[in-house]
Amino acid sequence: MRKLFTLIVLLGTSSVWAADYVVDTKGAHASIDFRFRHLNISWLTGEFKDFDGTISYDEADPGASRVEVNIRTASIDSNNAERDKHMRGEKFLNTSEFPHAHFVSTRVESTGDGKATIHGNLTLHGVTKEVAINASLTGAGDDPWGGYRIGFEGTITINTLDFGMKMPPSSMVEMSLYLEGVRR
Amino acid sequence: MNKQAQGSGTLINLRNSETEFGLVALVMHWLMAMLIVGLFGLGLWMVELDYYSEWYKTGPDIHRGFGVIVLFLLLFRLAFRLWNPPPIQEASLRRWEGISAVIMHWTLYLGIFVVIVSGYLISTADGRSVAVFNWFEIPATISSVDNQEDIFGSIHFYVATALLVLSGLHTAAAFKHHFIAKDGTLKRILGLPG
Repeated sequence: MRKLFTLIVLLGTSSVWAADYVVDTKGAHASIDFRFRHLNISWLTGEFKDFDGTISYDEADPGASRVEVNIRTASIDSNNAERDKHMRGEKFLNTSEFPHAHFVSTRVESTGDGKATIHGNLTLHGVTKEVAINASLTGAGDDPWGGYRIGFEGTITINTLDFGMKMPPSSMVEMSLYLEGVRR
Repeated sequence: MNKQAQGSGTLINLRNSETEFGLVALVMHWLMAMLIVGLFGLGLWMVELDYYSEWYKTGPDIHRGFGVIVLFLLLFRLAFRLWNPPPIQEASLRRWEGISAVIMHWTLYLGIFVVIVSGYLISTADGRSVAVFNWFEIPATISSVDNQEDIFGSIHFYVATALLVLSGLHTAAAFKHHFIAKDGTLKRILGLPG
């Protein structure tokens, strides 16, 4: 009986390490921003306003972590309604046919010091490609309201041509993910 | 109104009489017809332009500017029409023809209004105003509807398409009166003597 109790405590403890987190999009402590070059002159920036995500993070074994993010492509916002309408259109994101973009990690390669390369599959515009996100842990700890949170940021540069979109005036889009996860 | 002096010879009055359109109504009809068909073609063409086309910015600028001008023309035309009604319909028109002509005219007016307002709501969905060339700007009013630019974008396209189809029927009816019924319906909107 005592052995069983010890086993349960051990299992319980280990599950604290490998915890599941829900990205706090409700409290907007998360954003997915993008930028691309405009006419090779300046940066055009914007964001996807509607997404959700889950993170499974194991402090003891970061390589066992898992990330999944689901973006509603029509929520693209570059602070100009006509341009947003254009980017949602058939030639580009084609949001009526491809309403979601999805990333799911396949392998997390910890590079130490809270940094990792997150390999995974990104589905965008109906095309799934293997990509790698450069991620780092930005913090972790108790919040003042009885919860426990972790923060990550990640960057990735994608070529929209790889996903079957010719997105003028630049096909290279840099994306930044800032995710705060609340432990379930 | 029938007391009013009828234009002698080719001279056309500004006001409509009971049998003839005046110059104001004729100019309004044909000016708006040209602008609306032009705006429709420009609209279809400009959305297909390449980003690097020199018309990529100017096309939509012209489209928005003339769109607002057509709205002002429409408001003026309706106000003028209240004050100075169009001539009475040709006597040869059957009852259903007369009624459908009136329904058609008001449907066209409504269609023009809806197309322009929906276009305005696309361009002002982010709170920016609509520029009428370098002349003046119309400020945004409603800009907080979810997916406003997409919803009114669809309305703008489908109602504009319907408007052009209805204009086609309206034109076909005028030709039918001219070539088949052989009445003065088409001639009088051209300002020609019956």
